[in-house]
Amino acid sequence: MRDQNSSNQEDVAMGTLIEIRDLSKVYERGRQKVEVLHHINLDIAEGDFLALMGPSGSGKTTLLNLVGGLDTPTGGSISVAGQRIDQLSAGSLARWRASNVGFVFQFYNLMPTLSAQKNVELPLLLTKLSAAQRRKNAAIALQLVGLAERASHKPTELSGGQQQRVAIARAIVSDPALLVCDEPTGDLDRHSAEEVLGLLRQLNREHGKTIVMVTHDPKAAEYADHTLHLDKGTLVEQATA
Amino acid sequence: MKYFHLIWAALFRRKTRTFLTLVSITAAFLLFGMLDAVRISFDQAGKSANGAQRLQTGSKLSFIQPLPQGLGEKIAIVPGVKSVAYANWFGGAYQDPHNQVFTFAVSDNYIDQFPEVQVGDDARKAFTNTRTGILVGENLLQKYHWKVGQQIPLQSNIFPQQNGSKNWTFDIVGVLHPTDQSVAFYGQIILMHWKYFDDGVMKGYNNGQVGWYVIRVKDVSQADQVAKAIDAVSANSDHETRTQTEAAATASWMKQMADIGLIVGSIMGAVFFTLLLLTGNTMMQAVRERTSELAVMKTLGFSDQSVLATVLAESVLMVLIGGLVGIGIAAVLIPLVSASTGGMLNLPTVGADSWALGIGLMLAIGLVVGAIPAWQAMRLNIVDAFAGR
Repeated sequence: MRDQNSSNQEDVAMGTLIEIRDLSKVYERGRQKVEVLHHINLDIAEGDFLALMGPSGSGKTTLLNLVGGLDTPTGGSISVAGQRIDQLSAGSLARWRASNVGFVFQFYNLMPTLSAQKNVELPLLLTKLSAAQRRKNAAIALQLVGLAERASHKPTELSGGQQQRVAIARAIVSDPALLVCDEPTGDLDRHSAEEVLGLLRQLNREHGKTIVMVTHDPKAAEYADHTLHLDKGTLVEQATA
Repeated sequence: MKYFHLIWAALFRRKTRTFLTLVSITAAFLLFGMLDAVRISFDQAGKSANGAQRLQTGSKLSFIQPLPQGLGEKIAIVPGVKSVAYANWFGGAYQDPHNQVFTFAVSDNYIDQFPEVQVGDDARKAFTNTRTGILVGENLLQKYHWKVGQQIPLQSNIFPQQNGSKNWTFDIVGVLHPTDQSVAFYGQIILMHWKYFDDGVMKGYNNGQVGWYVIRVKDVSQADQVAKAIDAVSANSDHETRTQTEAAATASWMKQMADIGLIVGSIMGAVFFTLLLLTGNTMMQAVRERTSELAVMKTLGFSDQSVLATVLAESVLMVLIGGLVGIGIAAVLIPLVSASTGGMLNLPTVGADSWALGIGLMLAIGLVVGAIPAWQAMRLNIVDAFAGR
């Protein structure tokens, strides 16, 4: 991870996955315009585990949404693996998300009517894989997060930590390069939080996933390679774990 | 098809609500199946190959206005006419005024006009030779456990005898066996001699008149010209006639009683309008309460069109399940209803046309009620949805 002063030569050497330039985001709320992000410049290297911290309203979730292609910037550019995602149409952005990003949310956001297995299979419905292949891949993902034996359980039959691990399995099942995590431990007890964070670090270290994680918890941030602080829409501090 | 489990799971997310909505849809389409059978039954009345060869001549003023008996001889010599018979409404009740029996006073050759109604040779002979003889429809015979040779009393609700009594006595001499659905009505009626009726009825009630004429034409392709020629016979008289094919006459007769098509259409219109509101409300609620789930689908990469299609499919599936069950129940119930009326009400079973119309309605209703929630789901902004805005 480098800030706006990093050189181009270093970018190439470190394998930059995400390149953010002069990024701004303005929300319109009625007649009011609220500038949430101010001219952010940031590079995130491939295989990095970055924590974004900051007070409420600082713009960290907005930055995460932009990196994950859930929202589009008002100004500036975002390139992921060399592709300008800020220039993609809504349909193209959806297709890009399906194959390049895995999402982990604070409140898991699993489908309550589907089993863990079917929840994990969900992103694979957008691929050309056969039903048998989808089942197999979902089973592997669940095994990776240690929940193979809970495949047939509905989310309500699982603990919070288990639900979040199912959500992580869903995020990695299509093997994206980037994982975007918004307060992944915000709704968990300490023990479950450590399990989830350990799992994320394992995915980062052993499987080379680039992870961008928003958190309020300094202990969670300790699992990341780097921590960036946002305040009032601006990057104010850079720390290394 | 790979999204089917998603659609199915979403549909039964709230089982009680979905079940109650399905019951409403089932009830609506059960009603549709039954009423459509009634509409078709009325629509088909008189429409058959034999029916096309028959014309009915009645008063131009109203079907209850009688015509002179002598008119028959004039009609018989109109070019293209093969044979002429006539009939009068008699009415009648057996034992109790509630046991209404459709009874007609007819000319001796009346049954010859209906080759699709079988009567044995002996019965036909006995009918001709017995002044008080009657031919009874097979269903009616079974209903009252009558037998050929039995004497039965019937009470006319209109016509008294010369002695003032409305009780008439008849001898069953034969049975009417309809062989075609279009004349199934003949399984329910009684035919008596017009002569017995005209001679026996109190003076001033009939005066040698007939209710209508039934004419067979030589060439069905000439039926329109023959009908015009028959009406020309009475033109500018005090008994002007209107001659129509049997199907048209039946339809006209029914329209003078009630426009079945309009009644059925109005009832179904009201039922389906209510169904639209009810099902539409269910779908709106169902989509509103899973906003975040739809946002997750979009986050994972489902396109706007996919989300629109899954919500629409859910709506159509719900109406299809309820509707198919409803029409299926109607298909089972219709023969039972027909049987329970002893054949008085001969409803056709749910045919391919009714299924096709029903399924068309289900698809249309499903698409209409799903349109707004599906549009809202498609337009859902992921960030706003997660932020609860």
